[in-house]
Amino acid sequence: MESLEAQRAALEASEISSVELVTEALARSEDSGKDLGAVIGLRAEAALAEAAESDARRRGGDSRSPLEGAPVLLKDNMVMQGEPTTCASRILEPFVSPYDGAAAERLQAAGAIILGRANMDEFAMGATTENSIFGPAHNPWDPARTCGGSSGGSAAAVAAGITGFALGSDTGGSIRQPASFCGVVGMKPTYGRVSRWGLVAFASSLDQIGPFTHTAREAAWVLEAIGGHDPRDSTSLPEALPSLEPALTGDVAGLTIGLPKEYFVDDGADPAVISAVRQGVDTLERAGAKVVEVTLPHTPYVVSTYYLVATAEASSNLARYDGARYGRRAEGVEDLDAMYRRSRSEGFGAEVKRRILLGTYVLSAGYFDAYYRKAQQVRTLVRGDFEQAFERCDVIAGPTYPEVAFPIGAKLDDPVSLYLGDIYTVSANLAGLPGISLPCGEIDGLPVGMQLLGRALDEATLLRVADAFQRLTDHHERRPPGA
Amino acid sequence: MLALRAMSRITREDVERTAELARLSLSDDEVEAMTHDLGRILDHVDQLQALDTAGIEPTAHAIPLATPMRADQASPGIDPELALANAPLREASAFVVPKVIDGEES
Repeated sequence: MESLEAQRAALEASEISSVELVTEALARSEDSGKDLGAVIGLRAEAALAEAAESDARRRGGDSRSPLEGAPVLLKDNMVMQGEPTTCASRILEPFVSPYDGAAAERLQAAGAIILGRANMDEFAMGATTENSIFGPAHNPWDPARTCGGSSGGSAAAVAAGITGFALGSDTGGSIRQPASFCGVVGMKPTYGRVSRWGLVAFASSLDQIGPFTHTAREAAWVLEAIGGHDPRDSTSLPEALPSLEPALTGDVAGLTIGLPKEYFVDDGADPAVISAVRQGVDTLERAGAKVVEVTLPHTPYVVSTYYLVATAEASSNLARYDGARYGRRAEGVEDLDAMYRRSRSEGFGAEVKRRILLGTYVLSAGYFDAYYRKAQQVRTLVRGDFEQAFERCDVIAGPTYPEVAFPIGAKLDDPVSLYLGDIYTVSANLAGLPGISLPCGEIDGLPVGMQLLGRALDEATLLRVADAFQRLTDHHERRPPGA
Repeated sequence: MLALRAMSRITREDVERTAELARLSLSDDEVEAMTHDLGRILDHVDQLQALDTAGIEPTAHAIPLATPMRADQASPGIDPELALANAPLREASAFVVPKVIDGEES
């Protein structure tokens, strides 16, 4: 009963109630959820009460959506009134949200049952979910390995079957990379598709909320529930979200898939990853898709561009944590300046400090043009690469990450090498495009993710290709030991 | 090229000055580690200097959107009690912080 599709079918056939589903999910959260470090907070009583209401709606023929009655976890950077939101940071440890964010509000309006909060890298800064005051989250396929990050708790929870779906946020790959490491589907919609109201800001021009599921079809259901215009987010897209499920025809004939030559170079990703992705593309080609080579010439520059833009925006966004109005204030401070300094210095972890310093540095007098403005200009070039590539193809395919999940701790002392792993994911954020990672193979028992990137606003084609792939393959049906 | 000369030579003093701007107090060990880490990151991002970007418009947002306007209508904001509920220290409807101006005893 671990996938959302299975849960929906069983609920609709009255084989199980939402109260039973939530009870089971709570038990798994207490058990494997805590062992894996994936779940960091539960709202058991409220979730059970809401599940009973959902069951009553269903009995009354009043189900709200395909998500009705299904339990879900939120990455702990999305607020919900009366619940803590910590961002896995000491500085937000005491914070309880005074309002509902759009994601929580829309999930509840769709009838989903919010079970609790998933572990993450502090303020979504990291690729391993090791930068967390709650300790690292582990990969269900091999607990000695990382589940990826920063939305690692959400990915691990869905892979381990704790909930059928979860939400994460993706600033430079933080949904797609952990989905790849954990063998689940993870989608970053077009920038502005899902409201950021109530999402704790990391880099505002890059941040986007999206789903973790097992299938593309389930991802379509979740996106239909959470997507669409929201006047409370000034960057929310005005365009209505089209109905996505009708796009899932299983047919890829007539579609063109572009393979960026820069993603398939010899000194790039692990050859075994490339081989698994090539096989995935071959499957789509046999199903009638046309495959062409495209070029994204600025690929070697995207990681640098991303880390300059993202840290600059982060240094500004995180200036709000000052100990004055909410969050943790250092004790025994005698003046205002000491309150700011000590609250921030005691409240932030090393990676967050590193990124605040980098962002502050590149925005400071004398460096602004050379670093920040330069990166914004290269961002224009990266957008241009995709505009040209999408004149020749409908979807771009490649690896999500250069390798499979690596051991926890392996890259803790080497931030540059960890950053360079983001080469295939950050471009979608820089260009605002939708992207999805889906399992396409395995290496020594560990999942490999294939990434598909689409045109802005064209989640439908992305999901259509991903769904067609899943109809032809069974990678998404594999489960880790014990799940 | 002033920019090129200035790059990649981040010093302990630069890190200390930047930490001042960011209101972070770093221990000696932290300054040491951050000088090393930021130096390595900046060495890498200096690769961008090789790209000719003369005349290229900077991108601030990937999807161009005009700032939306809303009707100028009064609507309820957040309840003051809720807004203050997270205050580390409060008095009546105010956030209490350490004294800002030296001199007079309160």
